[in-house]
This record gives sequence, structure tokens and C-alpha cells, in this order.
Amino acid sequence: MTQKTMRDAINDALHLEMARNPNIIVLGEDVSGGAGGTSGQREASGGIFGVTKGLLPKFGEHRVIDTPISESAIIGAAAGAALAGLRPVAELMFADFVGVSLDQLFNQMAKFRYMFGGRTTCPAVVRLAMGAGMNMGAQHSQTIYPLLTSVPGLKVVIPSNAYDAKGLMLTALRGDDPVMFFEHKALYPRKGEVPDGDYTIPFGEAALVREGEHVTVVAIARMVVFAEKAIDAVHKDGITCDLIDPRTTSPLDLDTILESVENTGRLVIVDESPPRCSVAADIAAQVASQGFRFLKAPIGLVTAPHTPVPFARELERAYVPSPQRIEAAIRKVMQE
Amino acid sequence: MSTETVASSLSSDQLLAAYRKMRTIREFEERLHVEIQTGEIPGFTHLYSGQEAIAVGVCAHLGVTDYIVSTHRGHGHCIAKGCDVPAMMHEIYGRAAGLCKGKGGSMHIADFSKGMLGANAIVGGGPPIAVGAAIACRNRGDGTVAVAFAGDGSCNQGTVFEAMNLAVVLKVPTIFIYENNGYSEHTGVDYAVGSKDIAGRAAAFGMPVEKVDGTDFHAVYAAMGRALAHARAGHGPFAIEAVATRFYGHFEGDPQLYRAKDEVKRQRESMDCLSIFRRTAAAHGLSDAALDAIDAEVLDLIERSVTEARQAPPPAESELTTDVYVAY
Repeated sequence: MTQKTMRDAINDALHLEMARNPNIIVLGEDVSGGAGGTSGQREASGGIFGVTKGLLPKFGEHRVIDTPISESAIIGAAAGAALAGLRPVAELMFADFVGVSLDQLFNQMAKFRYMFGGRTTCPAVVRLAMGAGMNMGAQHSQTIYPLLTSVPGLKVVIPSNAYDAKGLMLTALRGDDPVMFFEHKALYPRKGEVPDGDYTIPFGEAALVREGEHVTVVAIARMVVFAEKAIDAVHKDGITCDLIDPRTTSPLDLDTILESVENTGRLVIVDESPPRCSVAADIAAQVASQGFRFLKAPIGLVTAPHTPVPFARELERAYVPSPQRIEAAIRKVMQE
Repeated sequence: MSTETVASSLSSDQLLAAYRKMRTIREFEERLHVEIQTGEIPGFTHLYSGQEAIAVGVCAHLGVTDYIVSTHRGHGHCIAKGCDVPAMMHEIYGRAAGLCKGKGGSMHIADFSKGMLGANAIVGGGPPIAVGAAIACRNRGDGTVAVAFAGDGSCNQGTVFEAMNLAVVLKVPTIFIYENNGYSEHTGVDYAVGSKDIAGRAAAFGMPVEKVDGTDFHAVYAAMGRALAHARAGHGPFAIEAVATRFYGHFEGDPQLYRAKDEVKRQRESMDCLSIFRRTAAAHGLSDAALDAIDAEVLDLIERSVTEARQAPPPAESELTTDVYVAY
């Protein structure tokens, strides 16, 4: 066990699996960086967030491919390479850029297997850095995973910590379906215990982060960290919570959530995305549909508002669900 | 545009095989045009009649380990690349025995055992996929290539520009085939292509380009030979603009109000790649009898394909939820 950041944990997984499987390639803007520059220094970047560092020197230019700023071509090339026998890992840089490549994701990659009668696979992994909190403005800060969670044919992975990130990435790299791998930017520098060796975490199995009696809290990505703070705060008053981190939103481990709600009777869902057609709304609908009889109180939803992500520090702070808002939501479902 | 007929490097057997492919595509499409009137074929169908020399001239060079990506007007590419004709017909009828189990239909036929990576109903959707396949070809180092068939309409899509640039940057063996049939849906190329020069656009991305008469099998075949030599030698992508026409509308049922009344009639007389091929057949040592025999065999094949597909069962309802994921 070593203490590693989430950034290094994902980097670890890429190194490990690329060494094991020669069919894996990495492509995207500045995954290495430096090509065509005047310094002559290759790997001038190693990925804008440093997640792909060290791959180019080790695996060479045929497997670590710097691309122009052409998101449709990056995703389309990943889709085509996957059809032709490779296992591409495409970096989209900021998750917001999904907008310029969406056709290749939701009309191409997601549908190949179904449209072609199950006679092919498209084992591509798309990495998307997401999340507010760094004052990057409306076009570099969204958590756009609800959009892709709604697309049949795609799997959606959203780790909340370094350990899960490595295990989930290794699962993604060994699966045969297209995977959208969302990495919250604020979590990249957070450290956790990460084994050096090989381990995988299956998709569709939520993590029970905390165990309690009174309230079920479901939180995704950075919201898991905030929910822990809120749960610590209410614990002082004798309120204890289950904290469930779904880890993947497609497939979604609804069973674990329903089992917990059966025990607690109260549910709070924390999602950094805007509220409409969100993962929070989806989980709430499914629990209401399948577990209404367990509920002692209306489901609490803690989400961003129905707005783009603002720039100013004060506004962005107000946009992102805070530990205080989560705490208030937990206390509110306890009062019902 | 080059209109001269080049001396063929193909043997008589190869020429007959090419003719058989072109005739198969033609009869497949002409028969679909008739059968669609019966209402038995669901959905949207876009016919390739008139463009056969392009698909066949290109694919005559390719092996099963070379890749193609196709378009919404993809039947010709499928047949040229070797897809099973009765199984294609089943697919178009939405039958369980279709190449894609009836889940794809006319616009989504694929056959991975033949290197056919799929027809594509998104105009301009295919070229980026071909570049990805070409990365796989390059990394394997086995001299295979990926061909992107694209129409004149797609050449106004950003995805196509991105794909061409990426192919040049990565120097991967992608061959872009721009089939200029004169119309982007219901709008003329002279209107929709601002520069009026599709080949010129490809050249501007930094790859060699040829513009050929897409009604002349021999011209397409020769140009593709040069493209392939370039790509297989590791020199990167190549583009061909092949000019032809389509004998039917954008889709079946298109009233074609954008075309002059006698345009198709004139084009059938002057731009029919099969007639053009037959005119020079004797000079290539092919007898009328041999070609006529192929015509008869092709008609039988199409008749059998339609008869079988009409009677075949649809997919079971349980197929609705399969094949979304390998495992979920």
C-alpha cells in the first residue's frame, strides 16, 4: 500500500495495463504534448492534468498519440480503432468538450454493438475531467455525466477516490464495452491508500462508505467527500447515516440503495449536476417507484441549481452543493 | 476530369468478377426500388444505382483484412466488399437472419468478417472511424488500409475535415473516397460546396488527390491503385473524388423536384457505368456471352434473396434488449 493521489492512481492503472496489453493506445490533446514545439522536448505535458505522464517514453508514439484539437476525430478514431481490434483510451480533456464530439459518442460508439446485431465490440475508454470548484467558468466545469448515463450502450464510471479510480480504470481497460470515465478535477490531488499491484473493482457495485441507521445518503464523486463531512456533523447529534457511493451510474447498483433505504426509511441524494434529468432525479424516481413503501419522508435532493456553472468565486461556491447544505438536507428528512 | 479509359492490369477473371459485383449492386437496387412500392420493406432506403463503378473500382483492390466505412447509401459498398447478398436482403427486410439480426436495417449494415465496419446514417460520421481503423492498420504494420466512403454532402461536415487533418498528422493509411453524385439530399453540389472543388479541399489538408470519372470502372480502379500504393508504402492518406450520378432520389419516395425533368433519363443514357463497362469489354477480351451469363446469374441471386427475405421470420421480441452491452 502506498499513499497516492487520484491522478497517480489512474496513471498507475494506465502504465500497468499498457504494459500488459499491447493493444491499448492512448490518444488525445497533449496526452504527451511537445510535438512540433521549438524546445524539442517530447512529453512536454503528459496530459493537461498529468494523468498520462510517462506513457510516451515507455510506449512510444504509435501507442501514445498526440492529436490536434479535434474532439470529434479523437472520439471517432477511438471508436474506429476499437472496431479494428485496438483498445483505445481517448482523453477528451474537459468533460464539457463532449459537446463537440457527441455524435461520435452517442450515435457511433454507443450504438455499434446493437445496430450491428451484437457482431462486434467497441472496447474504448473515454476519459473526461469534470467538475466545478476551480473557477474555470461555464465551459470547463460541468459534471455532464447525466447526459451520457442516459445513453444505452455506454457505461459511466465516476470514482470518488484514488483507490476506486485505479481499480475501476483497470476494469474499464479489460471490458469490452465503451466506458465514459469521469474524473473530478478537485479529486486529482487527493491522496488515498492505493495498492501498487493489480486489482479491479466491478462496475455496478456501489461502495458502502459509511454505515448508519437513520438516513441513506447517496453521493457521487466529490460529493462523497462533502457528504462525509455532513455525516460527521450530524453524528454529534446522534444521527447516523449509510453513505453510498454508486461508483458507476451505468450500470447503477440500485439494489444496494434500496436495501439501505429499507433499513433507514430516509434518503438524501447529492449530485453536483443541475437537478433536471439528473442522476439524482433518476435515483429518486427509481427509489420512489420501487421502494416507496420504505420511505418515512420525502426524498431530499441536494444538487446544483438549474444554471450554467458561474465564474466568480462567491457564485461558484454557492453553485456547488456544500457540506452545510447536505447537513441541512439530512436534518430535514429527519424532521419529517 | 479524366475520362480516358486506361488499359487494365486486371485479368479477364478479375474483370468478370468486377462486372458481377457491379451488376449485383445494380440489380439489388433496381429490385429494391420495385419491392419498396409494396410496403413490405420498413424504413428509409437510399439506393446506389449509378455509382457502382466507384464501390467496385475501389474494393476490387482490397482484401478482407482491409477496412471500409460506408454511408447511408451503403448497399453498394457492402456488396463490393463481399457482404453476403441474401443476408443483406434479410437485413433490409428487418429479418432475424439479416447480417445484423434485423437490428440495423438498410442504413446500418456491417460485416466484420469482411472488414466492413458499417454503413452510417450520420452524414460525415464515418471518416473519423476510418482514421481510427487506420491507426490499427499502422500499428499492426501489415500493410492494410482503411477506406472512408463519403458523399459530396459529407464533405461539408466538420468531422470530415477533422478526420482528414488527423490522418495527415498521424500519417496513417486512410483513403478518402468522395463520391460526388451531384446532390446533397435535395440540394445541388454547386450550391452546397462553397469552393465547388471537393478534391481541392482534400488537397488543402496535405494529401495527394485524384479526381476521376466515377462512371468509368477502369479509371476508378487505376486511381485506387495509386492511392493504395501510397498508403501501403506508409506515406499516409490519399483522397479520390469520383464523379457520378444517382439514378434515384436521395431516398426512396423522394419526388426529386430539384432535378430537371429529363435529367435522369439523359444520365441513364450517358452515365451508366455498366453500359460504359460493356462498351469496352470486347477490347478487354470479355465476350458478350460471358457478361450475359453473369447478368442471368445475378438476377437469379436477387430473386432468391427477395423470395427468401419476404418469407423469413422477424427477430424474436427477446432480441429487443440483447446486444446493448457485452456484459452489464
